[in-house]
Amino acid sequence: MTGTFRGFGLGLRKPHYDAFVDGSAKVDFVEVVSENFMVDGGRPLDILRRVKSHYPVALHGVSMSLGSADGLDGNYLSRLKMLADAVDPLFVSDHLSWSSFGGVGTHDLLPFPFTREALDVFCANVDCAQEALGRTILIENPSSYLDFHKSTFSEHEFIAELCRRTGCGLLLDVNNVFVTCTNQDLDPFEYLSGLPLDAVRQIHLAGHSKGSELLIDTHDQPVCTGVWNLYAHVVARLGPVAIMIERDDQIPPLDDLLDELAHARRIASSLELRAA
Amino acid sequence: MSLARLQASFRSWLHSGAGRPPEEFGPAAFAGLGVYRNNYRSQLISCLEQSFPMTVAWLGEDAFGEACEDHVAKVAPTSWTIDAYAKNFPETLRNLYRDDPEVSELAWLEWALAEAFVSADQDPLSPTALGDVDWDEAVFGCSSSIMIATTTTNAGAIWSALASRNEPPAAALLPQAAAMLVWRLGFHARFRTIDVIEAEALQAVMGGMSFGTLCSRLVGAQGEHEGTQTAARLLTGWLADGLITCISCRASCCGAAVVYSTSPG
Repeated sequence: MTGTFRGFGLGLRKPHYDAFVDGSAKVDFVEVVSENFMVDGGRPLDILRRVKSHYPVALHGVSMSLGSADGLDGNYLSRLKMLADAVDPLFVSDHLSWSSFGGVGTHDLLPFPFTREALDVFCANVDCAQEALGRTILIENPSSYLDFHKSTFSEHEFIAELCRRTGCGLLLDVNNVFVTCTNQDLDPFEYLSGLPLDAVRQIHLAGHSKGSELLIDTHDQPVCTGVWNLYAHVVARLGPVAIMIERDDQIPPLDDLLDELAHARRIASSLELRAA
Repeated sequence: MSLARLQASFRSWLHSGAGRPPEEFGPAAFAGLGVYRNNYRSQLISCLEQSFPMTVAWLGEDAFGEACEDHVAKVAPTSWTIDAYAKNFPETLRNLYRDDPEVSELAWLEWALAEAFVSADQDPLSPTALGDVDWDEAVFGCSSSIMIATTTTNAGAIWSALASRNEPPAAALLPQAAAMLVWRLGFHARFRTIDVIEAEALQAVMGGMSFGTLCSRLVGAQGEHEGTQTAARLLTGWLADGLITCISCRASCCGAAVVYSTSPG
């Protein structure tokens, strides 16, 4: 199992580069989207080097496609390993999803039925990734917009079995729990209680949008009250974790995100005080 | 249905949008499938919009949007990085705008500049490394960021005007065929329009031709005086632009045979 880190961070986004490059942003760690820096050279890697000189960095990927039935892309893993070796990240993470098959990609986090076959595929791919990278990875629960009537596991059961079999950690996206459970009419507290909480190493907090029939994981809104309530419920049950706000669109001034992060700190602190 | 068949079927449905989604999804999945299909298309279109801002400005949003629709319908992404999806868009534009070649040339220039921006870090050769060079035998190692494409229009001038928020010139054919040279120096991607002689000479040098052989060819084509002057002018320009990264005395440079270099390798 990967190591632990206790702290509060933000995702590195272009409008805020200056504050992270000069180290003035008051955060404990920074998360970057791995693929944005899996390049040969140039300014992106220089920016990452400078950010890394001020903050611990977590690598968060979107293209490993761990659920692909035809295995992982060796070129992708090689490039990710080069980046991870250069950055020495807090964590390397990706999603409980698939995005490519047969050499054709979709650039989305797609669902799959939670079956024994899918579990075997996912475990084999996580084993392969962990061996290639030489480190334990974290898997993030995705937002989901449908379920498969052929699933024989619930999502939290599938994740628990995955963590048990591969030793991978868990990146718990609280907004994704909220979105998935709302869309599929599930109880989010029951979902959380079914997760292997001792495997959680990182938390994402984010906002979503309301579609005509479903909630959509857009990361373009502040964290909503329902997500804050779930966070307060679960954070008291966790060991040391890296907690962050994830914002990808309609990106506000950095101070707004730092205010949201301060709220996450206050909730965690108040629960620690109560526990003491 | 196996997981492999489901994924192949789902992927095909996302791309084509035709017919019914895989049977694995029941009627209750209709709304959710719509979200995934919308995500797929909007991601690809957003990639194209972000990769070609000058082409958007040149064509207008509506025409560019139609070109995106055409491209997304015909071309599926094949790389783990969505940035790679931009690579074939100039070809789509070439087919759509056969009578307006500046459109695809402008798009190629944008794509090439973006590629050069994240090319491998290499230091240009320092002038101090040129002291003892045997010019007849010298073989140059060139920046891996270099890309060259034929151009028939003033796409370069259009790009420059749009990038500096000035009124772009009207599209025009060049009096004679030329080429666009794109490369990275420091953290900045650069380009300049070059004549055919320089394009062919640089491509020959990138292919391992020695400077002596290049001089001989230019002398053969232009005569002793002009050919020698052209070779000297080209090399001076390449060095000033940071296109040369090392010099060796063998055909395969940048390997163990490097003799003069300011780059770690």
